[in-house]
Amino acid sequence: MKTILFIEDESALQKTFGEILKQEGYDITPALDGEIGLRLAKTKKPDLILLDLILPKMHGFEVLKKLKEDKETKDIPVIVLTNLEGIGDVEKAIELGATTYLVKAQYSLDEVVEKIKKALNE
Amino acid sequence: MTFKKISSQLNIFAQCKKFGLPLWQCPQFLFLIMGIIIIGSIVTSYAIGIRYIEDPEMVALVSLLIALILFVIAFTITRSFERLAEANRMKSEFISIVSHQLRSPLSNLRWAIELLISGRLGKIEEQQTEYFKILKENSHRMEELVQNLLIVSRIETAALPSKKQEFSLEDLIRELIKEFELFAKASNVEIFFEPQVNLPKIFTDPSQIKLVVENLLDNAIRYVKEKGKVLIKLEERGQNFYFEIKDNGVGIPKDDQKYIFQKFFRSENVMRYQTQGSGLGLYISKAITEKLGGKIGFKSQEGVGSTFWFTLPIK
Repeated sequence: MKTILFIEDESALQKTFGEILKQEGYDITPALDGEIGLRLAKTKKPDLILLDLILPKMHGFEVLKKLKEDKETKDIPVIVLTNLEGIGDVEKAIELGATTYLVKAQYSLDEVVEKIKKALNE
Repeated sequence: MTFKKISSQLNIFAQCKKFGLPLWQCPQFLFLIMGIIIIGSIVTSYAIGIRYIEDPEMVALVSLLIALILFVIAFTITRSFERLAEANRMKSEFISIVSHQLRSPLSNLRWAIELLISGRLGKIEEQQTEYFKILKENSHRMEELVQNLLIVSRIETAALPSKKQEFSLEDLIRELIKEFELFAKASNVEIFFEPQVNLPKIFTDPSQIKLVVENLLDNAIRYVKEKGKVLIKLEERGQNFYFEIKDNGVGIPKDDQKYIFQKFFRSENVMRYQTQGSGLGLYISKAITEKLGGKIGFKSQEGVGSTFWFTLPIK
């Protein structure tokens, strides 16, 4: 069973996504802030990380930067899933090593699941 | 006022960029120009004065006094301009922040509804599905409105950068027509696309031009009467692409036509006919087309239909 670390501070979204990904056969580890997310990435070594950007304690970009600097976590694909769409945000995320950048408001649940499967080469 | 603050005030270009205004509309720049004109005219009047008047000290004093008064007036006027520009910038920023904050709960809401409709959490009765669909459609409408408000605030703060690339505008239009197929069918509208053969590729921002075509196509389908027909043309005209979309919809009343590209404007007959819509689509379309170096326009007759067009430089 493939594992996904979901770093997202909105518990409503954790619940919705947790449910759908569980049904798709993934093992979900939730993290409600950037620091916990980073720690869990190192200890659990998931197959994929879903990362929000506006997070308590540590911004998503900071988390992404640290993940990609660390030898142990740098190869884990990271999908940025956010509603932040400012100038240069997408470029910055890709530059820092994100696999895909998804704006929540522009995707349906099924489309996001498809992107996750693609990132996991399924 | 600290030195840093003063020096940042003196940087006219940065100040104008902050307000998202062109140089000739920017308060600081106008103040500078007024200052130069005042100094110039005072020096000239002094030069003329000492030639013809016997008491040059008096001329100098009067000139200085007039200069001082003019400076104070100029400063007061430009200061009030600055306050207006600042208020406008803050309004756009406010819209941007609120829109971002609204987006997250709206996506949560829509995804939760999608999860329920999918039946993954248990079977849903047909009658319930109908109401879930209403919830989904309305959350989608709110998301669209928020998205449009965000685009408007970006346009007004000059924070909508263009990412130009080469692509086929013809293909982009075909894809959009495909996306609108269901909506057109439900509205009893047929869409015809007649591109000129062998069109070259265009060098512009695809995501922004997509917004423009989307808005025009949506309007053409949305405001039809009974059986609708939408005809889209795409041609190469000199150095430009010419796009035209013609419908046989409700048309725009003559008195409303001059306001049609204004923000939040919705014509009176459209309000009667179709309650949905924010009045932002055409405002956004005009701002984007002009930013990309093109022009946009229309002709319309109430009860007969409308033809909207835009041009865009090929390169």
